[in-house]
Amino acid sequence: MRQRSLIAITAALAAGALTLTACGSRGGDKGSDSGSGGTTVIIGVDAPLTGDLSALGLGIKNSVDLAAKTANKQQTVKGITFKVQAFDDQAQPSSGQQNAVKFVADKNVLGVVGPLNSSVSESMQKVFDDAKLVQVSPANTGPSLSQGPDWRTKKVRQYKSYFRTATTDAIQGPFAAQYVYNDAKKTKVFVIDDKKTYGAGLAGTFTDEFKKLGGKVVGTEHIDPDTKDFSAVATKVKKSGADVVYYGGEYPQAGPLSKQIKAAGAKIPLVGGDGINDADFVKLAGPDSTGDLATSVGAPVEELDSAKQFVADYKAGGYKDEYSAYGGYSYDSAWAIIEAVKKVVEDNDGKLPSDARAKVTEAMQNVSFDGVTGKVSFDEFGDATNKQLTVYRVENGAFAPVKSGTFTG
Amino acid sequence: MNELPQQLVNGLLLGSMYGLVAIGYTMVYGIVQLINFAHGEIFMTGAFGALSVSLWVLPNGTSMWVALPLMLLGGIIVAVLVAIGAERFAYRPLRGGPRLAPLITAIGLSLALQQAVWAWYPEAKSARTFPQIAGGPFEIGSVTIQTGDIFVFCAAPISMAILAYFVMKTRTGRGMQATAQDPDTAKLMGINTDRIIVVAFALGATFAAVGGVAYGLKYGQIDFRMGFMLGLKAFTAAVLGGIGNIYGAMIGGLVLGVAETLATAFISDIPGMHQFGSQSWANVWAFVLLILVLLFRPQGLLGERVADRA
Repeated sequence: MRQRSLIAITAALAAGALTLTACGSRGGDKGSDSGSGGTTVIIGVDAPLTGDLSALGLGIKNSVDLAAKTANKQQTVKGITFKVQAFDDQAQPSSGQQNAVKFVADKNVLGVVGPLNSSVSESMQKVFDDAKLVQVSPANTGPSLSQGPDWRTKKVRQYKSYFRTATTDAIQGPFAAQYVYNDAKKTKVFVIDDKKTYGAGLAGTFTDEFKKLGGKVVGTEHIDPDTKDFSAVATKVKKSGADVVYYGGEYPQAGPLSKQIKAAGAKIPLVGGDGINDADFVKLAGPDSTGDLATSVGAPVEELDSAKQFVADYKAGGYKDEYSAYGGYSYDSAWAIIEAVKKVVEDNDGKLPSDARAKVTEAMQNVSFDGVTGKVSFDEFGDATNKQLTVYRVENGAFAPVKSGTFTG
Repeated sequence: MNELPQQLVNGLLLGSMYGLVAIGYTMVYGIVQLINFAHGEIFMTGAFGALSVSLWVLPNGTSMWVALPLMLLGGIIVAVLVAIGAERFAYRPLRGGPRLAPLITAIGLSLALQQAVWAWYPEAKSARTFPQIAGGPFEIGSVTIQTGDIFVFCAAPISMAILAYFVMKTRTGRGMQATAQDPDTAKLMGINTDRIIVVAFALGATFAAVGGVAYGLKYGQIDFRMGFMLGLKAFTAAVLGGIGNIYGAMIGGLVLGVAETLATAFISDIPGMHQFGSQSWANVWAFVLLILVLLFRPQGLLGERVADRA
């Protein structure tokens, strides 16, 4: 109760402060005749910038930064300078919520890109929705975030302020199942997950589709993400006689898991979702990981014409870390916010309105542009309309795309 | 295929590592009644010390037969320095104060060490790969043993034997026993208890570093948080075996490791227990075992019932 009232007060304060700035900037306009620079809009970034998942998180942060810099250079929105403010959530829901409150409290924040983890998003959505602050996640794939806990039977939009450029597990899991069963010709699967929102959801949708196709689940296991010792699980996998392992989770566990399964003598591929599609997976899993598969949302960034510019700009930007699995989606998420701000500003005679946050959230629903990853727009739940997926395979120590496609029913 | 022998080996390997770290908890507790919660981080710094030797001291491509002893030495030196530093600057000033003060200090130190490695060790913000011993796995009957595991299998018993000899036969070792039994009387008998305490910390750190190298060889990667969970498990092992007893620490580690592995492997096969059998439940079963042991033997498996010292 206390927390809720705190959020309400914060939101009220933020709204009040926003009104004040709007007045302030109008007053300022009269005084200055140069007009350059103008209003500053902050795009927030929430991602794990430290810890196991920092490779993905830093890619997100840098890509958003690149989008903001590009918009400033091209003067995409006249009179508005975009700045990026990034907070580290360490992949922890509690940190994510604290960051969300911080973003809401800063009146200049008109949109937030992030977070990486579906479980973190769950703790942030309501805070943003109460403040009408738009949130665009480049990486959340849990279907319930946008379509409600009963998404299998009855889809209900959860929060008006929540959008994502990533494809959901409702599509990713079945897509992987079809590839494994139809293309890779594997029929006996051992399903493992880490019991988190993302991992368990992915494993569930994979299992459903795999059974529907006629495959057999020869064993299931839930690992403890705090340990690196999966030898007992690996022995079980070997004994089960499975010809493929599906893992719902992320690379810090998937890497050692793949390594230990192969070491136990089961030379079978490990298949995972976008959470294992990272160079660190191959590093942790070692040379035996050749042949492991990962599905990921969208077409491979390197192969899209629309992405060539992004890849070149990213290189020229001199970022220390790679853009990783979600770079393109993060850029598009940030650009969606920029487009929404542009629409709002243009509708208001080139100035930010006093209720800019609510207006930006409204405008987001109708945003549509050609982004790095293809056409970017959102359906009635706030999910990406781009439902393309790609299967990647570990070859010569790196993930290489093998098949792209869209999942249809 | 019978799964049991392989799972027992898995459990013993995991347990040996718990045991190596548990020795440090138990020795320090036996002598100063301090639960050194930073010990898991000393284990971690040992592993990073060994990695540093392999990265920056040895030339690329050094054979593991040459590299491993040097890495081990480097790891031990780093871990011992950290442990002695911790003892000198964090624990000694608080000796004689309330018991809770050093305990809280230990928790703080644990966090500080984690963050220090995170912030200053190059590329330690995510996991770093650890050099591996080349060569395929060995098959003995239906049991597969990895090359990296052989190190733990040899290191744990050898370390135990050396420790037993040290504590039983050498002058310093007997001084440690005397200090553990009664520090005040030991002091009156001319034992330099401050020195004995430093030796206990250093010995604990040595075994933790051996455990750290074993961890790196076994899993092929180390990270700044590796000591946290493993430290807790090792502490549990020390309690299970009877805290204060060095053999108990190793036995407790082995029992805990085997219990976790067997729980993961077999509980899901018991009818009606399927959902309680996965690895995510292994800790629950391990702690159920701990509670059962402590119910019937509150002093732990090998511990002696002693009146609390005044």
